[in-house]
Amino acid sequence: MNAIPERRADVNFYDVEAIRRDFPILSRTVHGKPLVFLDSAASAQKPQAVIDAVTSCYAEEYANIHRGVYFLSQLATEKFEGARKKVQRFLNAGEVREIVFTRSATEAINLVAASYGRKFLKRGDEVLLSEIEHHSNIVPWQMLRDEIGIELKVAPVDERGALRMDRFRALLTERTKLVAVTQMSNALGTVLPVVEMARLAHEAGARVLIDGCQAVPHMPVDVRAIDADFYVFSGHKLYGPSGIGVLYGKAELLEAMPPYQGGGDMIVSVSFEKSDYAPIPHKFEAGTPHIAGAIGLGAAIDYVTAIGLHRISNHEHALTTYATERLMGIDGVTLVGTAPGKGSILSFTVEGVHPHDVGTILDHHGIAVRAGHHCAQPVMDRFQVPATVRASLGMYNTEGEVDALAAALRKVREIFA
Amino acid sequence: MSELRDLYQEVILDHAKRPRNFGRPERFDHEAHGHNPLCGDKVDIFVILGEGGTVEDVRFEGRGCAISMASASLMTELLKGKTETEARTLFEHFHEMVTHEAGGDALPDAAPDDLERLEVLAGVRQFPMRVKCATLPWHTFNAALASERADGVTTE
Ligand SMILES: Cc1ncc(COP(=O)(O)O)c(C=O)c1O
Repeated sequence: MNAIPERRADVNFYDVEAIRRDFPILSRTVHGKPLVFLDSAASAQKPQAVIDAVTSCYAEEYANIHRGVYFLSQLATEKFEGARKKVQRFLNAGEVREIVFTRSATEAINLVAASYGRKFLKRGDEVLLSEIEHHSNIVPWQMLRDEIGIELKVAPVDERGALRMDRFRALLTERTKLVAVTQMSNALGTVLPVVEMARLAHEAGARVLIDGCQAVPHMPVDVRAIDADFYVFSGHKLYGPSGIGVLYGKAELLEAMPPYQGGGDMIVSVSFEKSDYAPIPHKFEAGTPHIAGAIGLGAAIDYVTAIGLHRISNHEHALTTYATERLMGIDGVTLVGTAPGKGSILSFTVEGVHPHDVGTILDHHGIAVRAGHHCAQPVMDRFQVPATVRASLGMYNTEGEVDALAAALRKVREIFA
Repeated sequence: MSELRDLYQEVILDHAKRPRNFGRPERFDHEAHGHNPLCGDKVDIFVILGEGGTVEDVRFEGRGCAISMASASLMTELLKGKTETEARTLFEHFHEMVTHEAGGDALPDAAPDDLERLEVLAGVRQFPMRVKCATLPWHTFNAALASERADGVTTE
């Protein structure tokens, strides 16, 4: 990492081997083989910088935040709030108070559904989703539907996994009050045209929530350019710790929303008659948060921005193209999801072999992939497969690892021949 | 790699590719649906009981990984003619076999031939994530026996 800032000017410079050295886990072996980690879409590995930030939080700078008058508490508070500032800049949010720390993207979506949804949506209002949402952007809306009687609409994708924009437009009506969609599909890699979708949604009078879980590790994100009303992501997919997530919300919306949970830290005064809520974002952060997690996320953001999201994106696109060619060259391997401009996720099936058997065999070659429905069962139904194998590429993956995958897949074919 | 060969033995691959007793029978006494949400394996078990509650026939339908399909196929072969108690004992042995290195000593005796045939699945022991694949059909069989008699089926 040290060498990179000096070469910042050169957009083509990408020293993947140096990056790999920053991730200690990548030098371990699995079943006697070098680890080939191709499951970053589920959760990414952590660079030393993140591990160090978490360690030093606990070893040197830990105390509860926002409470103590003593030095350490003040220090921890500064670090925690400093991490919020980093998230703000990372997303290009207008104000730091628009950044709410949550446990995860899942909690962030649940927060919006429970707080914004219960207050501002009513019976008969429609929430428009896409067919390729993660369960975490489906179930909270179904729970709200069952509770208050909103309706859910689903914009389908075509056979390559690209969103049917014609259908999206058609489903967007004056009844649509919220469009909640992923920026990039975790099951297929499809990248949705969220800028245009948000524009259309706003024209129709709807608010927009973007699930940025898979987008933030792979491309520069600007919530103001998207004009997202809400934007959520999880720290652990961005090379940061798990247990920390982010909700970005436009200040005027967050201010109008009721609290999500009650407790300490989210109030200014409490008596048994009445409590006065703290200003945003603290209104939504009841209880002691994941302090070290937020600080670790700040370190992860520093790490990826020092390397540069553009560079990471270029590297991953080149690698995805390479991997696509390699996989398509293997007899019996079929890619599921080939939308133009898709991100670094390769979902595929192997003829005559169940994805779980593929996963087990690859594991024995040291290759970690996901096999299953990827928490996106509607996607599996759409493509009429019970499950797929998914190789997802991150900033540290190499062509050599793709070759290892291809070689192991040929072995799978041999075993099941 | 040898562990891998232990798991994907010829017998298993053969049962997975050409499952025995596959398909829904026209009449049956009990059925149950088994599902492993983690991997999406699905299996339906159909049981026809004969004299004195012995398993006259057992068939299955479903889709899933090689391990679950082979386990279901083998199971249907072994359970035919067993009493309910014998079937449960065999499952206990099998469960022991796929979860522990040595074992089954404390269990009631089961036919050595049956145990030997099940031995081909013992390799899943090395793959804790896959144990459920192997045991799903058996759990589903138990659930089928425990279920109400299927509707519209005449019995004596
Ligand atoms: C697109 C997408 N949305 C939401 C989530 C949920 O993230 P988390 O489990 O961290 O809340 C994931 C994680 O798999 C995802 O890929």
